[in-house]
Amino acid sequence: MGRVSRYSALALLRGALTGQRHWDRAWRDPAPRKSYDVLIIGGGGHGLSTAYYLASVHGITNVAVLEKGWIGGGNTGRNTTIVRSNYRQPALHNFFDFALGLWEGMSDELNFNVMFSPRGAMFLGHSDSDMTALAQRGDALRCDGIDAELLTRAQVAALVPLLDMSPSARFPVHGGLTQRRGGTARHDAVAWGYARAADTLGVDIIQNCEITGFTTTGGRVTGVETTRGPIGAGRVGICVAGNSGPVAALAGIELPIEAQTLQAFVTEPVKPMIDTVIMSQSLHCYISQSDKGGIVLGGDPDQFPSYAQRGLPPRLEKTAAEAIALVPALSRLRMVRCWSGTTDMSFDGSPIISALPVDGLYLNGGWCYGGFKATPGSGYAYATLLATGEPHALARPFGLDRFASGATIDEAGVGPMPQLR
Amino acid sequence: MLLIDCPHCGPRAQSEFAYDRTLDAIVQLAMVPSDAMTTLYTRANPRDWSDELWHHRSGCRTWLVVRRQTVTHAIESVRAC
Ligand SMILES: Cc1cc2nc3c(=O)[nH]c(=O)nc-3n(C[C@H](O)[C@H](O)[C@H](O)COP(=O)(O)OP(=O)(O)OC[C@H]3O[C@@H](n4cnc5c(N)ncnc54)[C@H](O)[C@@H]3O)c2cc1C
Ligand SMILES: [Zn+2]
Repeated sequence: MGRVSRYSALALLRGALTGQRHWDRAWRDPAPRKSYDVLIIGGGGHGLSTAYYLASVHGITNVAVLEKGWIGGGNTGRNTTIVRSNYRQPALHNFFDFALGLWEGMSDELNFNVMFSPRGAMFLGHSDSDMTALAQRGDALRCDGIDAELLTRAQVAALVPLLDMSPSARFPVHGGLTQRRGGTARHDAVAWGYARAADTLGVDIIQNCEITGFTTTGGRVTGVETTRGPIGAGRVGICVAGNSGPVAALAGIELPIEAQTLQAFVTEPVKPMIDTVIMSQSLHCYISQSDKGGIVLGGDPDQFPSYAQRGLPPRLEKTAAEAIALVPALSRLRMVRCWSGTTDMSFDGSPIISALPVDGLYLNGGWCYGGFKATPGSGYAYATLLATGEPHALARPFGLDRFASGATIDEAGVGPMPQLR
Repeated sequence: MLLIDCPHCGPRAQSEFAYDRTLDAIVQLAMVPSDAMTTLYTRANPRDWSDELWHHRSGCRTWLVVRRQTVTHAIESVRAC
């Protein structure tokens, strides 16, 4: 029986007779070629989706993704997988909603089950002013045709019966704002699905290949130095999340980005108890239940620069305390794992998808603690930039020049102080 | 958790302190606007040793210069500024 690479129920049935030994590997393991039209540095979801859209939308297939470790081993594989588009500012919500549209068709398009689960993404309001802010946000979203539903206290109670609604609740719930199209997805599958689809179109995915320098001629990038030798390139796209600073520094560029640690943790698996994503307008604590049953929890970053990928206990304690105050039943669960990723905290909290001051060199970064939800849109827009040299219409506000011009997109309004965000 | 040796209070838990910015991000009053903007809005963001401004916020309130490694979290020196 021939090797099979298309996933389907029929192929699975066929394999039942042969012990499922007929499957092809999901992507090749090629040695790097001498040069490529486009090199993408960083094999996270963003880099891999960029490669996929370069090939599928722009027909540019002489592309390699260079990853220093294994694909999806960065923040893509470390995040709490919340997908939504309900930001306050139009530049953000229009961009993220474009991404959300791509999430909805992703499993079909990639022929890979990314387990996108639109179970709703809800912000809780704990005071009158929270509810005012949520109503304003909802109005802003609906003005742009994006779904947002303001919920009363009773509606929230019906949606999440385990919330503490008692008169003595530490964080009283006044209501909420939900986006029913939001939800979660399987993070590893997103990396693998894009990798497999890009590979099928001819993209080389090269792991264990760290970029250690850039080569330039006359102010134009001509390639990169790597731990697997030099590789030439027409254009180079940096897409390394928390490592944006050190990689840009290899080209002598300083960015409006500071690296911080963000942690998450998960409890032992239990039967379904929370079937929507819970966030809060006042707390930085987010709660969801994975398809395996573990309760996934995340909170604030450790608020100082770090590349340790190892967080500090006080953050976990604070997040757990908030989560337990919201959903007291969580106090009975054991935490089984905690982990961290290095986030690229930009100086207005919004992403940067932009040309850099070196010709042929581009940056996709500054996603802070919220770039997983952007994965398909980020790749789509970055592919447009890398293919045409012109920004995608929805990504135009996210140029590097906005910090000098003052047109920053700052949802929290705290400026170049990421630790306050 | 970091243990930061405040010259005034002695070794204290990091949760008493607040990070402010790296030393090279301090805007001087004499700077022209374009230099002030670059100082405030770009960072070396080193994956290495870094000189940082911290505040002993829940302690003696001294501003401190902390020389710290951003991968290992080792602290080489802490001095009042
Ligand atoms: C704990 C945590 C929770 C989060 N929760 C959410 C959430 O719920 N929702 C949401 O939308 N976002 C969330 N995020 C943010 C989200 O994970 C990131 O914004 C997103 O994954 C970034 O994707 P990426 O592909 O750019 O980065 P990554 O997946 O980090 O990929 C970058 C890759 O670049 C590689 N690399 C680095 N340097 C080099 C080099 N020199 N040479 C070659 N390769 C290099 C790295 O090894 C890495 O694999 C969270 C982040 C963390 C850490
Ligand atoms: Zn002190």
